[in-house]
Amino acid sequence: MIRYLVRRLANYAVLLFVAVSLTFVLASVRLDPYSVYSLRTPPVPAETIEGLMREYGLSHDVPLWQRYLTWLGDILFRWDWGTSPLGVSVNDEIAVRMWVSLRLVLLGSLLGIVVGVAVGAWTATRQYTVSDRVVTFLALLVISVPVFVLATVSTIVAIRINNATGVDIFEFTGETGSVGAYPGAALVDRLQHLFLPTVVLTLTGAASLSRIQRNLMLDALGSDYVRTARAKGLRRGRAIRRHALRTALVPTGTYVAFTVATLFVGSAYTERVFNFRGMGMYAVDAIGSQDVHGIVAVTAFSGVCVLTGALLSDLLVALLDPRVRLG
Amino acid sequence: MTAPATVAAEGPQTARRISSRRLILRRFGRNLPAVLGGGVIVLLIVAAVLGPHLVPWSYDAIDPGAYLQPPSGRHWFGTTQSGRDVLALTVHGLGKSLLIGFLVAAGSTGLAAVIGTSIAYIGGWYEKAMLWVVDLLLVIPSFFLVAIITSGSGESAWIWLVALLAGFGWMLSARVVRALTLTVKEREYILAARYMGVSTPRIIRRHILPNISSLLIVDATLNVGYAILAETGLSYFGFGVQSPDTSLGTLIAEGARSATTFPWIFLGPSAVLLALVLSVNAVGDGLRDALDPSSGSGGRA
Repeated sequence: MIRYLVRRLANYAVLLFVAVSLTFVLASVRLDPYSVYSLRTPPVPAETIEGLMREYGLSHDVPLWQRYLTWLGDILFRWDWGTSPLGVSVNDEIAVRMWVSLRLVLLGSLLGIVVGVAVGAWTATRQYTVSDRVVTFLALLVISVPVFVLATVSTIVAIRINNATGVDIFEFTGETGSVGAYPGAALVDRLQHLFLPTVVLTLTGAASLSRIQRNLMLDALGSDYVRTARAKGLRRGRAIRRHALRTALVPTGTYVAFTVATLFVGSAYTERVFNFRGMGMYAVDAIGSQDVHGIVAVTAFSGVCVLTGALLSDLLVALLDPRVRLG
Repeated sequence: MTAPATVAAEGPQTARRISSRRLILRRFGRNLPAVLGGGVIVLLIVAAVLGPHLVPWSYDAIDPGAYLQPPSGRHWFGTTQSGRDVLALTVHGLGKSLLIGFLVAAGSTGLAAVIGTSIAYIGGWYEKAMLWVVDLLLVIPSFFLVAIITSGSGESAWIWLVALLAGFGWMLSARVVRALTLTVKEREYILAARYMGVSTPRIIRRHILPNISSLLIVDATLNVGYAILAETGLSYFGFGVQSPDTSLGTLIAEGARSATTFPWIFLGPSAVLLALVLSVNAVGDGLRDALDPSSGSGGRA
């Protein structure tokens, strides 16, 4: 078991290193940190820009391999992921944004998992009834809508409701807004701002998960051991929960382990629409502002997330499925 | 379908054999969402091709004085901030999105077919190396790489976008293709072909690919949906298709900025996108059921 994990981990580490190095090379070639200063008034002298770029390790005059080695050395020896062309530390930026993403993703994905599993299992027990068809259609609808369309539509609906009632029930820009003067107002304000993005993340997560769970559950419900359990006199509800659902949850667990990790960066659309300054938006902003070190750091971060997810799902399968033997 | 009465009257000897193509068409025809989806896709393609001639406004024409007008008889989908007709823009953008979707689907499914079959059939070091490449490409955050490359390439960005989306989209299907090929490659007729001296590319083309064609057809269909979603997603952030080039993604991005005050600029292209993706997915599901001999969802054959 341990040997298997170590080998798996080493393989992942090599993959990650190659992927991040490739991104560094590509970003250094394609992005132009100098252009950040080119539109300044009064114009910044070329020597000043060059001096700054040399200091930040972004200068085009330094050979690419040398820039790469400096950057790699800083990470390995000082855990310093570099600076943006404007001199902002990448470490500081990520330290703040990570928690924004965590707050957003954790709540949304937890709710999404619970709702998705429940809805999927429930519709499977009622296959081809009206409620199954309605839920299936709704899930397909949500899966087919891009997240940014769904999120934007939710803001349109929210502002209509706000206008109709004359009260700002829904808040949808940023993490915090105007805080009232009553006790606990700060918390209420934060929850208000979290509400819509969480609903959007929950809906998208639950929609795809419910489809997977429904298929798994249908397989489990048609299996011999569930029929045996029923034949031996187990109540329907108990047979479904203890025998069918339990087996059907194993593959779901591995899927969830994988997707939750990717959500850290994958919620960029939700962050954009609701103006959350999380990791996903950091990536988008970094490319827009020619921030080579920033985008490479996010790439590394998301790579670690994906690999953690992959490793977790490997582990879960090994732990939960007695048929899997690790050599 | 033949009525039971006539079958009984004419006797069993006239029970015609149905060709597999007709069988598949018949199974597909019973799936109402898939047929509807197919109809919508054909309609959208016709709209994208003929639309520019049917819509009274050209996509770059400006209607002076009609800025940010809600939908009306004059402009069915309303107008933008610069007085351009949203319907004309949507039809124009739809064409680009469809083009990207179909090209990417053809490219990534083609790559998956060639690479998946060849790594399973040839094996050895080639297989090990390619599987490692597959793992690497799955780890690389392709979204960012595509964004970095397309963000500064102007009007040719959409060609880059097609190449990159296809280049990053084949890995999972290639794995499935490989697994299927492994089960096929030891069959007698393939061994026979090999011992008769048929070359490897020819065996793959003539004997292996036809065996897994149903998987590839379904894969290509679903890839159209993925590609269009990827295009709109990238363009939404200002990557992917670059202005002045127009796609559904750039239109939705433009509309989303003022969606709470002038929702029609956003809702028109979004509705078209939703209809397109829903239809593609419905057709993909229908094809899967129709092509899968073990599927019971199409009813009795």
